[in-house]
Order: sequence, then structure tokens, then C-alpha cells
Amino acid sequence: MKRFFAPDRVTASASATLLVMLVAALLVPMLARQDPLAIGDVLALRLVAPFSHDATGAWHLFGTDRFGRDLFVRMMLAARISLAIGVGGSLLAAAIGTVGGALAAWRGGLVDRITMAVADALLAIPRLVLLLVCAALWQPGLLTVLVVLGATGWMGVARIVRGEVLGVRARPFVEAAQALGVSHWRVLWRHVMPNAVGPAIVATTLGVGNAILLESGLSFLGLGIQPPQPSWGNMIAGGRDLIVVAPWVALAPGLALIATVLAVTLLGDHLRDLLAGRRAPFARQLGERA
Amino acid sequence: MQNELSVIVRRLAGALVLFWLVVTLIFVLIRMAPGDPAEFLVPPTAAAGDAARLRSELGLDRPLAIQYARWAGAVVRGNLGESFSSRQPVSRLLLDAAPVSIALGGISLLLTFLIGVPLGMFQAAHRGRALDRLTTVVTTAVYAAPTFWIALALVAVFTYGAATFGLPEAMRLPAFGIRTPGGGVHGWAAFLDLTRHAVLPVATLAAVGAAGIARYSRSAVADVLPDGWVGTARAKGATASRVYGRHVLRNITPQLVVLGALSLPGLVAGSVFVESVFSWPGLGRAMLVAIQARDYPVVMGATVFYAAAVIFANFAADVALPLLDPRRTTRPV
Repeated sequence: MKRFFAPDRVTASASATLLVMLVAALLVPMLARQDPLAIGDVLALRLVAPFSHDATGAWHLFGTDRFGRDLFVRMMLAARISLAIGVGGSLLAAAIGTVGGALAAWRGGLVDRITMAVADALLAIPRLVLLLVCAALWQPGLLTVLVVLGATGWMGVARIVRGEVLGVRARPFVEAAQALGVSHWRVLWRHVMPNAVGPAIVATTLGVGNAILLESGLSFLGLGIQPPQPSWGNMIAGGRDLIVVAPWVALAPGLALIATVLAVTLLGDHLRDLLAGRRAPFARQLGERA
Repeated sequence: MQNELSVIVRRLAGALVLFWLVVTLIFVLIRMAPGDPAEFLVPPTAAAGDAARLRSELGLDRPLAIQYARWAGAVVRGNLGESFSSRQPVSRLLLDAAPVSIALGGISLLLTFLIGVPLGMFQAAHRGRALDRLTTVVTTAVYAAPTFWIALALVAVFTYGAATFGLPEAMRLPAFGIRTPGGGVHGWAAFLDLTRHAVLPVATLAAVGAAGIARYSRSAVADVLPDGWVGTARAKGATASRVYGRHVLRNITPQLVVLGALSLPGLVAGSVFVESVFSWPGLGRAMLVAIQARDYPVVMGATVFYAAAVIFANFAADVALPLLDPRRTTRPV
């Protein structure tokens, strides 16, 4: 446990950040005095600066937005959505990619050709552009964002898994299993896959940060999570036209976002060093950034 | 030479097949979506038959196969159709917007490498020390920040910050637009005005890009530092700047070229946000506007344009690699 989550100070602080974010996302909206979605006395409460008291004497860590809602409480409510979408979108992409890559390598022939051709075509379109097109075509919302993140993020994992499966299937223990009469699919599932998913797990972990960034980007542009449901992206968008008079409304949610993505990325880097020995080329990740 | 040429021809064929795949994919995507652009385009006061007439005028009532054949055939001829909303040719719209995006992206990409590579080298040279670890955290943090947040933070500094903390007049930079409205300036003054407007957008894109490149160059340089030739160069008395600026740089150049091609999609994504925040009339903004208006031909055209740029960059990197790295023998694709 300690070796994994806190081998050095940087990784330890990354783990701690994520833990605090998770606990706060669960507890803060539950314990808040004020409903983070309800709008109260707008004129008295709106645009309170960070670290200061409003007209009723209540103290606000990050201030309030244009409707007088506490930004910190809303940020933590948004954290639930953003974290869930980050993890969910990345896992969905990983699941599609693992199945696709494994089938492509295992069946070969036409299945392989088609899967890899689709992957290549999708990789040639910048992921954000692809996301924008998809998100704009379907009804914006939680489910759309999840599905679209899965549909546009599986190619990297598919390539990795395909390569690993091709490598593993040539090894003697696979031949041994086949010689023993183990069924085709059982060989793939029980003998090949456990030896092939390591690098895919690293890619998935690093993908969580990307998914969170992309969700925030979509929501920022109005094509992701829709208000009043807060997400970090649409909160930043909500403060955009106030940037000149009350910049904290747009900037504060970004701090939670940056801290989370930074922590996930550092943990992913650490996991990569641990598992794959610096095998996943960093450049692969570059193209997916929001 | 014969061999090299045939490799290039084969790569070109691969790139063209990929482009055709992308064109097909975009068509499938757009036609899979629910919703009908004709409904959006008729005014609410229109007569009942107007939507149907518009649909047949735009060819939306034809069978999918025919729509696809028309679209693919037209794309091959460089004709991306006509904008639903402005009735202008899509290629004209894109060509009008492209120079802004290409200039913004090109200058940012140049700065990205000019800042990122030396930073990564510096980190690799001092790796493991406090300064390196601090820089890693900073570059990872910048890399973790959304482009639009960095852009907005810069806007806040130069508007709210400038007003609140009283920035000196010379440091005040315009935060929106590409030129001062109603300025009526020409020549040198206009260029200066444009440059001042470009500082914040370029700084945003370059900062994000350089953070990524620094992270990569650090590990690329760290990988080659233990090699024998580094020791040899040092032993014969080469200065540090010569070791890094000449020997190390030359050895990681092929990787940097690949990285340049791979960073293009990220640059496109960044420019969409930067153009949106800073109100720059480039391709990214044209695409966002088209998405909101369900202007399918423009959305499709912009996507084709971006994909073509990415495919061409990868092709160019593939062709350049054997020239840059003599150790890499040309082999069949």
C-alpha cells in the first residue's frame, strides 16, 4: 500500500490530494448550510470576494457567484460529476479498446484490418474536434459526454493491447495451453489477457486526467454538462463574462480541476514507471490533451 | 535511392487511403446524428412546405448512398460544399479563417520548441536535484491546466489585475480581439497593434505546448546522456553548450520531429479554446459557430481540413525521419 501510494513525497502528495478531493466531494455538499443549487437573496450575496464575509456574516472560502451561491460548495458538487466522468469515460474507453485490440490481434484477418483502419481514421482527427462534432450532434448531457469520451478514446488502448496480445500469443505457454486442448476463447481470456493488460492499465490511468480535461472543455463550450448541474467546465464558462470584474468566479473552479488532473497524472506517471518501466511513449498522450 | 522513393510513394498512398477513411467516417458520423438542419434554417413564420423545399434544395432528401457519393466526389475535387447559413462556399469560409489559425499555431509551435527543448535539457542535466523536481511539478501543473483556464487567467491579470493593482501603461496588453476596434491605423502601427493583441493568445498556447515538450525532452535527453559519445565529447573538451546544443540536440532531433507531428492535434485543440476566449476570427471559432448553428457543411469541412493537416504532418515526419537519422535504414512499410 505505502509502496504504491506514497513511495516518495510527490506521489504521496498526489495520493493525498485525490483522497481529500474525494472526501470533500462527498461531504461538503451534504454538510453545507446552503443548497448549492438554490438561489437566495441575490443582491445581498452575489459576487462576494474570496476569503471574505457576505452581508449576512457568512464566510466564503472562494467567494460567491453571480447568484450568490458559495463557489466552494458548488466546486465540490461539480467534483462528483467531473471525477465520475473522468473515471467512467476513461474506463469505458479502456473497455472498448481492450476488447477491440484483443479481438483484432486474436482473430486477425478482416477483423484486425477493419478495427485498425477505424482506429487510424479516428486518430487522424484531433480528439477535441471529434468530441465537439459528436457532442454537438447528440443531445448534450452526462450520458452523451460519457459515451462520446468512450467512443473517441479507445484507439490508444486498442493499439497497445493489440501489440501486447500479438507478443504474448507467440510465447510458449500459450502454445502449451492450446496443445492441452483449452478452448480458443479461454486461452485468450485466462492465459493471454492477464499478461497483456499491464500497459493498458497505465494508459487508462493517464487517460483519467485527459477525460476530466476534455469534459471540462466540452462543458466550457456549452456542449457538455448543462447548468444548473455544476461541472468544473461549465462553472468556468459561467464566470467567463465576469472575468473583468470578478475573476474568481471563473478561476476558482479551475484550481480544483488542475489539482485533480495534476494528481492523477503524477500517479499515472508513477504507475507507468512501476509497471511498464517507461514503456508507454509520452508523446502518445500529447495529442489527446484538451 | 530507388528504394527510398518507393517508400515515400507507399507512405503517400497510405496517407491518401487514411484521408479517404476519415472523409467516410465524418460523413457517417454526421448522418448518424438525429436532427434535421432544414428545420433550423426555415424561419418560424415559414409556410408548411418551406422546410421540405429547402431539404430537397440542399439534397438532404436523397438516399444516403447518393449523398455520400456526391460528398466524397466533391471533396476529392476540393469542393467542400456551401454553408447552410451564409450560402458561401465552405472552402472560402475556411480559407478566410485559416491564415489567422495558421499564424497563431505556427508561431506558438515555434516558441513551444524554442522554450520546451532547452528547458527539458536543463532539467535532464540537473535531474534529481531540487530545481529539476520543482520544474517537473510546474510543467506537469501547466500541462494539467485546461488551455481555456490559462487563457482566462491571463485575461484576468491584464484586465481586473491591471485595474486593481495598477499595471504600468507599457505592460497593459489588450485581452480581446485581433486589432483595436476603429483604430484606423495602417502600416507599421497596425503591425504593432496586431503583435500586442497576439501576445496573450500566443503565450497561452506556447506555455501549454512547452510544458509538454519539456516533459518529453527531459526524458529523451536523460536517455542519451549515459551514451559513450557524450563522454567522448566532454573528454575532448567540448563546452557544455556545445555538448547539449550540438551533440545531444542532433541526436534527439528525430524524436523532436515525430513529437512536432504528434503535437499537432493538441495544438488544434488549444487553438479552438484560445480563439474562443480571445475572440480571434480563426478556424476554431468558425467551427464552434458552425456547430452551434448546425451548419453541417462547415463542420464537415473544418474537420476534413484538420484531419488533412494531421495526416500531412505525420506523412512529412515519416518522410523526414530517414533523412534526419542515418542510422534508421529505410525499410519497406
